[in-house]
Amino acid sequence: MITLDSADESSMPRRARHASIRGRLASTIVGFGALAVVTCVLAPLVGTTSISLTRAFDPSIPFDQNVDAQIFFVARLPRVLAGALVGSALASAGVVFQAMLRNPLATPFTLGVSAGASLGAMLVIIFGGAFALGPLSAVPAASLVGAAAATAVVYWLASRRGHAISTSVLLLAGVTLNSFLSALIMFVQYLADFAQVYRAARWIMGDLDIGGYDTLIASLPLVIVAFGLFALLPSSLNLLSVGKDAAAARGVDVPRAQRLAFFSASLATAAAVSLAGPIGFVGIVVPHLVRLLVGVDHRIVLPASALFGAAFLVACDLVARTILSPVEIPVGIVTAMIGGPFFLWLLVRKS
Amino acid sequence: MAARAQKLIALVALAFIVFALAARAQDKVPVSVPRRIVSLVPAITEMLFAVGAGSQVVAVSSHDEFPPEVKTLPKVGALIDPDTERILALRPDLVVVYGSQSDLEKQLGRAGHRTFSYRHGGIATTLNTIRDLGVATGHRPEAGKLVSSIQARLDVVRDRVKGRPQPRTMLIFERQPGTLREVYASGGVGFLNEMLTIAGGRNVFAEVSRESVQPSTETMLARAPEVILELRVAGVVEKTPSREPDAWSALSSVPAVRSHRVHLLTGDYLVVPGPRLAAATEAFARALHPDAFK
Repeated sequence: MITLDSADESSMPRRARHASIRGRLASTIVGFGALAVVTCVLAPLVGTTSISLTRAFDPSIPFDQNVDAQIFFVARLPRVLAGALVGSALASAGVVFQAMLRNPLATPFTLGVSAGASLGAMLVIIFGGAFALGPLSAVPAASLVGAAAATAVVYWLASRRGHAISTSVLLLAGVTLNSFLSALIMFVQYLADFAQVYRAARWIMGDLDIGGYDTLIASLPLVIVAFGLFALLPSSLNLLSVGKDAAAARGVDVPRAQRLAFFSASLATAAAVSLAGPIGFVGIVVPHLVRLLVGVDHRIVLPASALFGAAFLVACDLVARTILSPVEIPVGIVTAMIGGPFFLWLLVRKS
Repeated sequence: MAARAQKLIALVALAFIVFALAARAQDKVPVSVPRRIVSLVPAITEMLFAVGAGSQVVAVSSHDEFPPEVKTLPKVGALIDPDTERILALRPDLVVVYGSQSDLEKQLGRAGHRTFSYRHGGIATTLNTIRDLGVATGHRPEAGKLVSSIQARLDVVRDRVKGRPQPRTMLIFERQPGTLREVYASGGVGFLNEMLTIAGGRNVFAEVSRESVQPSTETMLARAPEVILELRVAGVVEKTPSREPDAWSALSSVPAVRSHRVHLLTGDYLVVPGPRLAAATEAFARALHPDAFK
C-alpha cells in the first residue's frame, strides 16, 4: 500500500526535483497549517456554556472572580492545546510506525507502548498511590514509566547489536506484548473495586479535559524531542518503506534509521497517552487520509499528518464536549465514529 | 384450517395453564426462616447485621468490610465475579444477589436456592429493603425499629437545617487524586442526592436525571457551586486532610473554592446506601451548616 511515487520524479534533474518538493512542502504546510490554526482558534470559542469574550479578556476583573476568563483559560484553552499536541503526536507516530514496519495497519499502539502506558495508569488508579514525578501527577507519571518499560522490552526482543531490526520480529514481539499487557490490565481491573474499575475504564477511553497547564507543560519537552527526531526521518522513511535492502543500497544506515524511527515514535506515543489516555483512530486514520490527499512522500506526509492530526483531534473533541451537552462523550468514541466512516468514504471514492 | 387454529389455541391455553400452575407452585414453597444466608451486596450485609440477622449470615462478598464481624466470614466473590461453586458448597438457604446478577439468580434457582434480588435506589429503597429483609429473616420487629430510628435521625437533621439558606452544592464521590480529572458527581437521583437534600444542600446537578454525572472542568466552572462536598472511601487515600485545596484551587472563580468551602469527608459509610446513611446525612449537614450544630 505504501509505495513510492518518486519514480517519475527521479527522471527529472536533481535541482528540479528539489524545487518541486520544496514547493509542494510549502503549499502543504500552508494549507494544513491554516486548517490547524483555524481549528485551534475557533475551538476555544465554542463550548457548553456561552461566555462573553470581552469579559474573558478584560484585565480589570480579577481572575478569581472572572468566570468567563476561567472557562476560557482553565477549561477550554488547555484542552484545545492538549488536543492539538496529542493529535499531532499520534498522527506523526502513526506515519512513522507504518513506514518503518512497512505495514499500513500499524498504529502508534501496535507495538505495546500504549498497553504499557495503560498498565502503569491502571496500577495507580486501582492500587492508589499519590506520588508525583516533577510536575506530573501519579497517573500520567506511571503511564510514562509503563510506556518506557514496554518500549525497552520490545526493543530488546527485536534488536541485534549492529544489525537491522527485523520488522517482522518487532511486529510479532509488539503484538504479543500488547496482548500480554492487555491481559495484565484485565487482571488488575478484575482485582479492583467497582468505582476504580469505572475510573479505569474511563481513562482507557481517552480524555483531553486536563483542567490546567501542568501536565501539558510536562509533556511538551517529550513531544518537542520526538518532533525534532521526526525531522531527521523523512528521506530514510521513504526508502525504508520500500525495503531494508533498497534503503541500504541507497546509502541509508538502516539500523540507525530504524532505531531513530522506533524511539521517536514511541516517545511521541508515550507523551500523548500519558497526557490523554489511549485515544484511538487518530494514529491510523489521519496518516491514511493525508496520504490519499497529498501522496506518499514522507517529506510531505509527515508534517502534513502532524498538522492535520492536531486539527482532527481538536475538532473531534469539540464535538465530544458539545454535542450531547451537558453530558460529554469520551473523545475516543468520537474519533472512531467520525474518522471511520470518513476514511472509508474517501477510500471508496479514490479507488 | 379452523380445526388447526382451534388446536393451536387449545395448546397455547394449556401451556399457559401449566405455566401459571408452575408459577403458583413456586410461590407456595414454604417460607422458613433462613439460617444460612450468603450476601453478595455489602449494603445488604450491613442491613442484615443491623436487623439482628448477623448470626444467620454464613458468607459475604469480597468487598464487605462492615460490620467488623464480616472479616472472619468466607468471601465468595461479588458483583462481577461471584464464586458460584463456593456459594453452592455453603448450602445457603438464602442468597442475596444484586439486580443485575440474573444469570446467577437463575443458576441458584435451578439448584433450588432461594434468592433475594436487590438494586440500589433512593433512601426509600433502603428502608423498604430493611423491612423486607426483616420479614424474610424472621426479624420483623427489629427491622421496624431500625427503620423508625433511621427516619427519626433524618428528621432531626431536617429540623436542624430547616429555614437555613440551602447552598448550591456539588457532591463529588470519585476523582483522580491531585487533579481535576475523572471527576464523578452525584446527579439528581439516587440516595446521595436525597441525603444531600435532607442535609440542606441544593445539588447543582439536580436536573440531571442520572445517579452520576462526569462534569468537565468547564461544567464545574459554569455551575459555580457554593459548597463542594468531596467523599472519599477510607483506606484508598493517603492521609485524610479535612481539605485538599491544591487541585481545586485551579478553579478559583468557583465560590466554594474562593470561600474555602471545599469539604473532604472520609469514610466508607458515606457511600453505602445502608443503615449508616443517617450518620452520613448528619456528616453532610455538619459540613453544609456548621452553625446549626454548634
